[in-house]
Amino acid sequence: MRKLAILVTALAFAPAAFAAGGGGTASWQQWHAGNELGDRASLQRGARNFINYCAGCHSLKYVRYQRIGTDLAISDEVLKENLLLPGAKITDYVLTSMPEALANEWFGIVPPDLSLITRSKGSDYVFQFLKTFYVDPNAATGTNNLALAGTAMPHVLSDLQGLQRAVFDEHGAFVGFEAAGAPGQLSPAAYDAFVRDTVNFLEYAGEPAKLHRATIGVWVVLFLLLFTALAWLLKQEYWKDVH
Amino acid sequence: MANDTTAAAGKGGFRAWLNKRLPVDEFMQSQLVGYYAPKNFNVWYFFGSLALLVFVMQIFTGIFLTMHFKPGELTAFDSVEYIMREVEWGWMIRYMHSTGASMFFIVVYLHMYRALLYGSYKAPRELLWLIGMCIYLALMAEAFFGYVLPWGNMSYWGAQVIVNLFGTIPAIGPGLVEWIRGDYGIADATLGRFFALHVIALPFALALLIVLHLVALRQNGSNNPEGIEIKAKLGPDGKPLDGIPFHPYYTLKDLVGVGLFLIAFAIVVFFVPTFGGLFLERPNFEPANALSTPTHIAPVWYFTPFYAILRAVPDQQLGALLMGLSVVVFLFLPWLDRSPVKAIRYRGWIWKLALAVFTVSFLALMVLGLLPAEGTYVTLARIFSVGYFGFFVLMPIYTRIDPVKPVPERISNHA
Repeated sequence: MRKLAILVTALAFAPAAFAAGGGGTASWQQWHAGNELGDRASLQRGARNFINYCAGCHSLKYVRYQRIGTDLAISDEVLKENLLLPGAKITDYVLTSMPEALANEWFGIVPPDLSLITRSKGSDYVFQFLKTFYVDPNAATGTNNLALAGTAMPHVLSDLQGLQRAVFDEHGAFVGFEAAGAPGQLSPAAYDAFVRDTVNFLEYAGEPAKLHRATIGVWVVLFLLLFTALAWLLKQEYWKDVH
Repeated sequence: MANDTTAAAGKGGFRAWLNKRLPVDEFMQSQLVGYYAPKNFNVWYFFGSLALLVFVMQIFTGIFLTMHFKPGELTAFDSVEYIMREVEWGWMIRYMHSTGASMFFIVVYLHMYRALLYGSYKAPRELLWLIGMCIYLALMAEAFFGYVLPWGNMSYWGAQVIVNLFGTIPAIGPGLVEWIRGDYGIADATLGRFFALHVIALPFALALLIVLHLVALRQNGSNNPEGIEIKAKLGPDGKPLDGIPFHPYYTLKDLVGVGLFLIAFAIVVFFVPTFGGLFLERPNFEPANALSTPTHIAPVWYFTPFYAILRAVPDQQLGALLMGLSVVVFLFLPWLDRSPVKAIRYRGWIWKLALAVFTVSFLALMVLGLLPAEGTYVTLARIFSVGYFGFFVLMPIYTRIDPVKPVPERISNHA
């Protein structure tokens, strides 16, 4: 029993340890977000991060503020004071106030809606994307990205992460990152946690039902096991006289 | 006491009243209690009733999805997300429907494979097999139309590829493609007609074909793992000696199968609804975009064996032809198989080897169809395509020289 407990604990922390350890290594493609949908505090921090740093340009056009409040146990007051974008009502969808025409003028592209980004690209991808901005003098925004080369998105989290330079070997293969300029406001570990919370919230936003569908599933499967066992016993009883 | 008698008479009265107008008891008697099935069905015989179960589930979940789904290139994708988020239990209904599509093919493939194992398509059940194949073809169309409806990017590009295959038909091809789409590209008009076909035309066709399939089944009764005709040995009461009433014996046994199946079904729906991108693909969580082709277009897993054959052939026209043939070739099975025995347990090593080659080829092509068509994958797809067609083309020869074993007259065991 104790062995099992140790194993479960080890497995539970393995993804987090892996992601944290993945810091500056060359294999950024292998970084795991390691986010935990069951961690409500993390989801709440992620919602705050999204509204503060992402919602200026990106919408969650399928998600209502009120639904976020209900699902993440955020009271209407807190929701109104801290999360609602200017002019929004609590029953509104989370829509950016940036007009599409201006976005096109500034970035040459309308920033994509992020409701389903973790479903179409995966949570790990978003985690990798937010961690692999690097200084590139040739880019219009001053930065480029390893996960999405040539991205039109500026590194909006550079104040938190600090700028980094990507080091490539003579074959053009990525070797690692080195600091470029002043360090960010967050330590590397704190920045990872910040990104992980944000990814966690986006994973929730991609499929709100995911918060409780597995819990329902356990009861459904338990019921079906009981049903099947009874059906089998009944079948055995009737089949006694078949030879 | 007096009350009891009155109640019983009242009940019997209604039953008599009903049966005089609708032959309920007679139907139950002739189709379930009086219908004899071989006593030795094994697990392979679960999949027929399971296919029926999935069909009914698809109809019911489909009805609820139709209440909220809005066909149209500007509304379809959004309405699916509306179902997933704002409709009460909408996510579960949608996952049941998407999982049901894949499960339908799993049970139908296993059902068809059972026929291969025990020669169920052989005389006198050729027509039963042909009707079953029509069900399979209708199911393929139904699944394809349904797959396009959510209007994700893979829906859009998958429809593009599949519909364009009709363009390879000489002379009428290009016009035919336009006629199918109702536009110069996959567009709103295409989505509207696919929706109509998916929710009305094909479900009706399927229901009719399923009824015909069951009627044809009852005409000669089920085959069984021994491949022995139970009607050949009747007891003094005129009932098959090796048969047992379908009800209660097989209704109860099938109920156990239903329970086991639903456990697997629920595990997918509640724990892994996308099934690692096999049942619901990642690119389909992006709306259809005519300007952005997914990095590699692949159909859903149940079509990939045929898709792999299409891509294995360098010439597109020939490829499309062979792909079509790889599906319809099953229709000829009852006449390609010249073996005097039905069940694999009484066939010789040549048949067993041929079936093994076919099984490996089919599964390998299924995997290859999901992978990009490059390098060794293409070579492998060509080798396995030869294995796939070889099974059918050489069948009239090897089933004649196959060293078969004598088939006993009676079934000695029950599973």
